[in-house]
Amino acid sequence: MNLKYFTNGLWKENPTFVLVLGTCPTLATTTSGFNAMGMGLATTFVLLFSNIFVSLLKGFIPDKVRIGAFVVIIATFVTVVDLLMKAYTPGLYGKLGIYIPLIVANCILLGRAESFAQKFSVFPSALDGLGVGLGFTMALTSIGCVREILGSGSLFDIKFVAQDARTILLFIMPPGAFFTFGYLFAMVNRYKKGQ
Amino acid sequence: MEYIQILILALFVNNVILSQFLGICPFLGITNKITTCIGMGAAMMFVMALCNLITYFIQIYVLNPLHIEFLQTISFILVIAALVQMVEIILKKVSPPLYQALGIYLPLITTNCAVLGIAILALQKNYNVIMSVYYAAAIAAGFTVALILMAGIREQLELVDTPEGMKGFPQTLIIGGMISLAFMGFAGLV
Repeated sequence: MNLKYFTNGLWKENPTFVLVLGTCPTLATTTSGFNAMGMGLATTFVLLFSNIFVSLLKGFIPDKVRIGAFVVIIATFVTVVDLLMKAYTPGLYGKLGIYIPLIVANCILLGRAESFAQKFSVFPSALDGLGVGLGFTMALTSIGCVREILGSGSLFDIKFVAQDARTILLFIMPPGAFFTFGYLFAMVNRYKKGQ
Repeated sequence: MEYIQILILALFVNNVILSQFLGICPFLGITNKITTCIGMGAAMMFVMALCNLITYFIQIYVLNPLHIEFLQTISFILVIAALVQMVEIILKKVSPPLYQALGIYLPLITTNCAVLGIAILALQKNYNVIMSVYYAAAIAAGFTVALILMAGIREQLELVDTPEGMKGFPQTLIIGGMISLAFMGFAGLV
């Protein structure tokens, strides 16, 4: 049992704050804690299964067409998530909208397939997919929570300010995404330098 | 009139980068020189217009009649990847100067979510084929505007002394936020 494959993606190679991959969903879907977490978990699901299948099929895929093959594997699981979310979580699906099919263009997925899953066996690949996915979920959820607290005065849809209280609406609008991500990124940078 | 409205919406009000968050990577990554941004924008406009044209026909004449709409994501991403490769090969042969100018940006575009995103959005809006291509071109123009604005600021910023932790990526994000904030002033223009 090699746990370092799992923990690697959580912090040391965190896709959002260290590798800076998949910035589009990071900025677009973090308007609240729930939305961000939903996006993160959907990506984790795709990443877990695409890593497993890339690893299983690595002996059969000719080297020259591997990128195309990886994209098809990823797109298959994105379609699975798309249909599942449409059926079981229609509310969340409506909010995330176009960003669910766009998971396929998220560079984290192709990046992990190319740099990890095609070199390792199934079990480490699954652990890596899960770790990186949860690292992504964690980063997204933290950004989402900050934006939700400042922007709507609630946390995971539980409101803690008066119903008619004025909140800093800016933070749930597009500029707030840039500011929150920017300052959190600077804090992570500062922390890493301090160590 | 509708054409002008689409152009203004795409350039200012619903700018693809600053308010829809599609295709952020080149905005944060490669925007150091204004000339590079214009090259990237031109390549983007070419590929997006072509993609919208082809995905429109695939949706109307293949996916819809066969009732396999659920294959949209898979088929579109493959078409886009193949198309970009093809454009690259054809340009190399037919017009070497244009290839020199756009060539290095083309591989970057394959993994750009704006191309797939705009193809899907145009279909959701039920545009006809001409509108769909025009919409892609307008969106790409908005993309270029955001890229050029960012590059202009970053060229100046190299001379400024910023705090240690803010250097690099975070300061780019904060500037992006300020540009986005300024663009919110355009809301309600159309």
